[in-house]
Amino acid sequence: MTYDVIIIGAGVVGASIARELAKYKIKVAVLEKDNDVGNETSNANSAIIHSGYDPECGSLKAKLNVLGNAMFDTLCKELDVKFKRIGSITLALDDNDVKTLKELQIRATKNGVETSILSREELLKIEPHISNNVKAGLLANTAGIIDPFNFCVHLMENAVDNGVELYLNTKVVKIVKENDTFIINDKFKAKMVINCAGLFSDEINEMINPKSFEIIPRKGEYLVLDHFDDDFVKHTLFLVPSIKGKGVLISPTSSNNYLIGPSAEVCLKDDKDTDKMTIEQIKKTAMLMVDNIPFNQVIHTFAGIRPTPANHDFIIEEIKTKNFINVAGIESPGFVSSPAIAKMVVEDFIINRYHYELKKDFNPYVRPYLHINELPFEKRKEIVDRNKDYGEIICKCEKVSKGEIIDCLNRSVPPHSIKALKKRLRVGFGKCQGGMCQSYALHILANYYHKDINEIPYDSLDSYILLDELKGAKD
Amino acid sequence: MKTYDLVIIGGGSAGLAAALEAKKEGVDNLIILEKEPYLGGILQQCIHNGFGLVQFKEQLSGPEYAQRYIDLVNENHIPYLLETMVYEITKDKEIYYTNKQDGVCCIKARAIIMATGCIERTAGAIQLEGARVSGIMTAGLAQKYMNIEGYMVGKKVFILGSGDIGLIMARRCMLEGAKVLGVAEIMPYSNGLNRNIVQCLNDFDIPLYLSHTVKKVVGKDRVEKIIIAKVDDKMNYIPGSEKEFDCDTLILSVGLIPYNPLLEKLNIALNPKTKGVNVNQDYESEFEGIFSCGNSLHVHDLVDYVSKEATLAAKGAVKYLKNNKQEEKVYKTVAGRGINYVLPQQFSYQKDSKIDFKFRVSKPFKACSIVIKNNDSVVRIIKKLYLLPAEMEIISLDMNAITNPSDLVFEIKEDF
Amino acid sequence: MKELICIVCPRGCHLTIDDNNNVTGNMCPRGKQYALNEITNPTRMVTSTVKVDSKLFKRLPVITSKEVSKSKMFEVVKALDGIVVKPPVYLHDVIIKDVCGLGVDIIATRTILE
Repeated sequence: MTYDVIIIGAGVVGASIARELAKYKIKVAVLEKDNDVGNETSNANSAIIHSGYDPECGSLKAKLNVLGNAMFDTLCKELDVKFKRIGSITLALDDNDVKTLKELQIRATKNGVETSILSREELLKIEPHISNNVKAGLLANTAGIIDPFNFCVHLMENAVDNGVELYLNTKVVKIVKENDTFIINDKFKAKMVINCAGLFSDEINEMINPKSFEIIPRKGEYLVLDHFDDDFVKHTLFLVPSIKGKGVLISPTSSNNYLIGPSAEVCLKDDKDTDKMTIEQIKKTAMLMVDNIPFNQVIHTFAGIRPTPANHDFIIEEIKTKNFINVAGIESPGFVSSPAIAKMVVEDFIINRYHYELKKDFNPYVRPYLHINELPFEKRKEIVDRNKDYGEIICKCEKVSKGEIIDCLNRSVPPHSIKALKKRLRVGFGKCQGGMCQSYALHILANYYHKDINEIPYDSLDSYILLDELKGAKD
Repeated sequence: MKTYDLVIIGGGSAGLAAALEAKKEGVDNLIILEKEPYLGGILQQCIHNGFGLVQFKEQLSGPEYAQRYIDLVNENHIPYLLETMVYEITKDKEIYYTNKQDGVCCIKARAIIMATGCIERTAGAIQLEGARVSGIMTAGLAQKYMNIEGYMVGKKVFILGSGDIGLIMARRCMLEGAKVLGVAEIMPYSNGLNRNIVQCLNDFDIPLYLSHTVKKVVGKDRVEKIIIAKVDDKMNYIPGSEKEFDCDTLILSVGLIPYNPLLEKLNIALNPKTKGVNVNQDYESEFEGIFSCGNSLHVHDLVDYVSKEATLAAKGAVKYLKNNKQEEKVYKTVAGRGINYVLPQQFSYQKDSKIDFKFRVSKPFKACSIVIKNNDSVVRIIKKLYLLPAEMEIISLDMNAITNPSDLVFEIKEDF
Repeated sequence: MKELICIVCPRGCHLTIDDNNNVTGNMCPRGKQYALNEITNPTRMVTSTVKVDSKLFKRLPVITSKEVSKSKMFEVVKALDGIVVKPPVYLHDVIIKDVCGLGVDIIATRTILE
């Protein structure tokens, strides 16, 4: 299997690069260790499209954040991904914080981000639930919220639709270079390798290069609240940054839930445990910003791990081995930066070097997704009359139909697991967390893949849900 | 738009009983809307026996209990739609539903009975600590997988929470060849019925760890181990009390929550204790003509009481349909000391009537009195040898015993 | 000596039975009877499922027609191995007659028509 470029890792960075490369006449493969795309850092983060006022002036982070932010309107339209520019407000709790806000505003201007400082009175008009502690806030209107799961999935779907090949469950364990050809796992050959392996990018780098950087895994825990009041908080609210990152935020999500978090603790790369002490600390911090947060509406807690580079800026470089490009340490604001990172990597390292031609038939659009529950009655009726599968509601909490699941399965990056389905369509994302619909979802997946329901995993291939059939089954 | 006198949302134990009572009272233009492909609701997966002692004076399994009502629904030609999901209702009692046969429909009801049951509290809701891996499932889902789908859910199972479904599943797993390593209950007392502690745990030598909870789930792809710890009276872990269990499955039986998404969308006030809506003695909610009963109103411990309550809600709906409702002064019930909640939350005073007041205590009591007060005068005292949070109490109060109607306060006095 | 929780009523008395079958801890005579039954011949209803060859359902719930000796519960469930029922099956149809020679039948607890 020979390619021009192999991308290691199908997170938001790998998927963005794959989709960018799909515009050119070039043979590309993506190798992903997990059973789905966007399954590590990209699926457990704040899902914020940061405005870009925060990163240090002159850093790669600052440049790529601001460039990336501007690309999301077009991208999300092409890729049919939920994205809203709701704006972010960084809240000051004391006079010191107010001073910091002013410094941040200066930095924002240098980074090219428009902001305004709002007084407590002005804040109360737009965010009536802010706590008594809040003195002032820095509003950045260009900040947004996104559906992070489908951004990755649709990027890759569009890439595959345009000729990129995706290999799931393909963990890279060996890279050698013979003459000008990289050979990965004794199987995949390529002229060029892009290392987008996120948390594991240091290990991948060291398969072919001397150690040149280190990834420090930092865990962030979050709480997810059910839909209870669409207007409870309207912007992404932050506290004035501390040394541990941007600190805790409270934000609406693209699916009208609320997200609270993250914490920030150095951890092991596979430690996605949540713990009571951290969750309680997050709640306390959130209560500094907003009053009467209904914590009885918590439906889920989770942890994500940021791949923090020791030098605290993105690593986008080719070191010793020619044509092996590291795209590493893409921690926050990585998500928002990813389209700009992709453009930079593709243009600077690939196109400028090999002058591949643009495809004439590149289609930037994914086949539109239908969300039956968001349609008005008449439209909904018309669709169900045409295809009865859209009348059969599988996920009762999030009101997702069988038709939507089947459409998803018939796409080029289909779900193979319960979690992959949950990420794409929110099946099992609601109040009952799949208690009512998981068995139905298993049947639809099993039926589609001609498997038994006990062969459908929760996430990875080893994460089985059901064991054998009960007695009497073998006959 | 098709108009019905009565639409019943949910065809489980509450919906079926409500439909039968309404039909008996002469409501012919009615329909049951059920989301699952069968009537009977959760009873169909509760294959154990012990149902029906109150309603039928015999022990029935869940499917048997359901079948009695389903047979009557069929005999009485009460129409129902299966695999039919109601996705929206309005205060004007328009009902939007969708299914495979009819596509999307809007119907109008003169009265609605909400009988939408409850859902299980999840790992997310209790903020379970540790890894998010496969093998953590609620007891009801595990029950569905075993009893409806026919699959084993694990070989070595630990159970968090001593709710009845969890206890029932402990026995079920053991009988089907799995090992159940233990049950942890965060409270110092069990939340399940004694009958289930004895017949589901003691019969199989399964240890029950009271005042214990799961401190951590460990695993890479599937549960590999859990660590439990003892908690003090403030629910903090007691250091050094940890115990580890190698297991592949953690079943959660940590409570049930009334499921009311349709009413919540209308911004109805939910009672913070019951998590259901507030009702009067006719089981009518704050929205006129919308009634609520069964586990969507408050979680019951016996299905027999669900059926009984649904009957009362149906009577209330019939009364409403006949326009027999008079403007009456409304009084509140108040959950006093030792009482978690009282239902109905409000009532109107009618001479020569009786109201069944239902309540749960907030902790176990021995040798105590239930005191019902009215304007500081005692209306009634009932002595009890024991009261348990797991068991709902019902007191039928003769309104003639009340001379000067006012709000009623229920409380527990530990006396003799 | 053996300790039991009485399940005759919700009070849940903690009973103790000594080697001479003397019962203590019971608040009423029913508790004593319960304890003696439990010590001499404890019996239980057994519920399980068998496979059903139906379009709509995979399992048919079943129950023993009478209580069986507690020590026979596993044996009774084991006897359901390999049983496949063809619809129509009606509520209380006998699925296995005289299971394990205990003089008790296994009967269906659900009607499955097709």
